[in-house]
Amino acid sequence: MHPVIPYVVAAGLFGLGCYGVLVRRNAVLLLMAVELMLNAVNLVFVTADTTVRAALPHSGQVFALFVIVLAAAEVGVGLAIVLQLYRLRRSVVVDEVLLDEKIDDVAGLDNDETARHAAPGPTGAAR
Amino acid sequence: MGIEPVDVLLAGLGAIALGAGVLVVSTRHIVRAGLWLVVTLGATAGLYLVLTAELVAWVQVLLYVGAVVVLLLFAVMLTRAPIGASDDLDRPRWAGLLIGGGAGLGLAALLVDAYRWSRVESPRTGTGAEQIGAEVFRTWVLPFEVLSVLLLAALIGAIVISRPDIGSRPDNRSEIGRQESRRES
Repeated sequence: MHPVIPYVVAAGLFGLGCYGVLVRRNAVLLLMAVELMLNAVNLVFVTADTTVRAALPHSGQVFALFVIVLAAAEVGVGLAIVLQLYRLRRSVVVDEVLLDEKIDDVAGLDNDETARHAAPGPTGAAR
Repeated sequence: MGIEPVDVLLAGLGAIALGAGVLVVSTRHIVRAGLWLVVTLGATAGLYLVLTAELVAWVQVLLYVGAVVVLLLFAVMLTRAPIGASDDLDRPRWAGLLIGGGAGLGLAALLVDAYRWSRVESPRTGTGAEQIGAEVFRTWVLPFEVLSVLLLAALIGAIVISRPDIGSRPDNRSEIGRQESRRES
């Protein structure tokens, strides 16, 4: 077995993930590209574990398992954030997210209708 | 210098993984990107099997192909992504090509230079759940416990983020709820 083959595959996958994160505009596609990068790291861990004689055997595979669990947690939180973004903006294009925007502007997307609803109550005064 | 059957398997599965990965980052259909991701992750699981990491391979199939991809496809559907091809998925490509290609080719050159065409005897037996379990609970107990706390934190965080009535200011709360119900209808 020549360990250079899976190492080169892992490097290629990492490069593809990098490219995807930089080029894609849709937040869900961005998460997919991040998965590619995490997968490349896992491949390096497992290959090193099989081909290098280490003081602690199988540490690479244990770390690969840890990274898989981390990826699952990351996708869970990422999905929640993407859905919240979609709820506020009706779009998940990351270019259009303004980071210096106040929360009031976001909540008042359809201002006229909100004003009509909120006008009689005390909530209207807060705006 | 000979080519062994293991090498052929590794190269073939690696080629599948890389080809599907190219399609993940370049296809114009969002749903197809998710399905090509399944192919990439499945081929990587095959690579793990060839590298005799049985447990990692099956956990990869269970967690990545099973759970993560399903979550991503849920995200695609819940954000009402266009079903057909769409042209506005990518920004201009030169920066991504430069940095992604640089990272990939640079790492590949580094690893090729480090390992050349060196040969390693493949292990006779695979690494099953028994050895991995012994290693996790002997050497890596503390990281394992920290990881479980992190999973709990991620769980609570996801719930708090996705519920509109938690964490918003009191004067905003009723309005957000009202906007929600109006948008749903």
